[in-house]
Amino acid sequence: MKHMTEEELIAYRESMSAQPAGVAEHLAECGECRGELQRIEAVLAALDALPIPDPGEDYGRRVWQKIAPRLTEKPARWWQAWLEPRWLLAATLIVAAFVAGRLTMIDRHRPPDVIANKEQIRERVLVVAVGEHLGRSEMMLVELSNVAPLDPAQKQVNIAAEQRRAEDLLEENRLYRQTALQEGDAGLASVLDELERVLLDVAHSPDQVTPAQLEKIRQKIEERGILFKVRVVGRELQEREKSTKPAPQDSSTKKEGNKA
Amino acid sequence: MIRMQPSVENAQAIADSDALAVERTLAGDRDAYRILVERHSGNVFRLAYRMTGNRPDAEEVVQEAFLRAYQKLGQFAARANFGTWVYRIAANYAIDRMRQRKKEEARKVEPAINEEGMENDPVARIEDAAPTPERLTQSVELRKQMKLALAALSHSERTAFVMRHWEGCAIEEIAEVLKSSSGAAKNTVFRAVQKLRLALQPFVGRETQARAMSTES
Repeated sequence: MKHMTEEELIAYRESMSAQPAGVAEHLAECGECRGELQRIEAVLAALDALPIPDPGEDYGRRVWQKIAPRLTEKPARWWQAWLEPRWLLAATLIVAAFVAGRLTMIDRHRPPDVIANKEQIRERVLVVAVGEHLGRSEMMLVELSNVAPLDPAQKQVNIAAEQRRAEDLLEENRLYRQTALQEGDAGLASVLDELERVLLDVAHSPDQVTPAQLEKIRQKIEERGILFKVRVVGRELQEREKSTKPAPQDSSTKKEGNKA
Repeated sequence: MIRMQPSVENAQAIADSDALAVERTLAGDRDAYRILVERHSGNVFRLAYRMTGNRPDAEEVVQEAFLRAYQKLGQFAARANFGTWVYRIAANYAIDRMRQRKKEEARKVEPAINEEGMENDPVARIEDAAPTPERLTQSVELRKQMKLALAALSHSERTAFVMRHWEGCAIEEIAEVLKSSSGAAKNTVFRAVQKLRLALQPFVGRETQARAMSTES
């Protein structure tokens, strides 16, 4: 008889099992798995008995007294939340994409060089922002790859700083990936998508990892070749940035322009 | 799971009354927010205490959660359940608070051995503690071990465990707080239970045996 794994039993106990009826059926027949489940339950039952201090019946009133002087006259309306930096960034990118789209329609009647310039400026904004983001991500991944226990006998390594940075990068990454998709840049969106998975892994790792766990994270990063891809795309973006920079005007042309 | 589930009618009545209080608060009636604070403080405190493991931090989390909820109340308007929403805000802030606490503690240069002659690292204490059979029979000892085992979990693991096992939150809610996928949130719950089991099973097993023996004699 095939026994249940510990994960299956925990999932069953915590009501997360995809097939609870199947597990229940197996448990009815298998004494070994039943015993294993009882051992898990004994630990959880012991934890349930941990006391929680009673904050008192007037706790709600005391909380109110503490926070009331710190409340503004009126809470912020939904649109005020858009003034937060991350939403401002998202809004700027969306507005830029919309305005660029409108300009493209108007620009149909304009000379081709003027249209090209606007396209270049729009692309440059995105290229510079994503380039910087990739640079920061690369730095975090390199630092994570170089983390080592101070003492070889150390049982745990602290990666809390990298984890925190990965969390921040994750939010930016989502915005850039969506923008890249809207802009039709499938290549960039795909690399950002892969980067997002790695950032997620790092952000949700424990703060303290054993050297073996750290090695596993490194292996995952290496297997996906994400560091290499980030570097290549980062360089491509630098090239694109250079090519989209408005060319310095020739002095003779300028003079002629002035004369005109 | 421990979270008290109110009856469907009762839950609906609370949600309706919460929605009304939110509307009035948004219209400028600050006293209406007082109703929400007084109604939900106890639940939020229980979550915060289980996540932070100490009363001062838990009380700070409760206050900060209600302050943040007030500032963001405009974003809540279309949502259904104020209780669940403030819960999520509290869980997020509790994670920040735990991280901050850890950094503060890391900055303090602690001696490896404290005045009582015990190691200061909670993980080391769990692994190296070799309690005598007499001490094992005391639930005080087990309680201490449980606190240490919970403290040894990562912030994400502790959050996932508290929200799922004790507060009965949906996996999607946990995933939202952890900013992860549902699959990753589930895995975090597994990892937390496995770690707790590894740390506590020897103590729980022995205590159960000791209790059985004392009943027999």
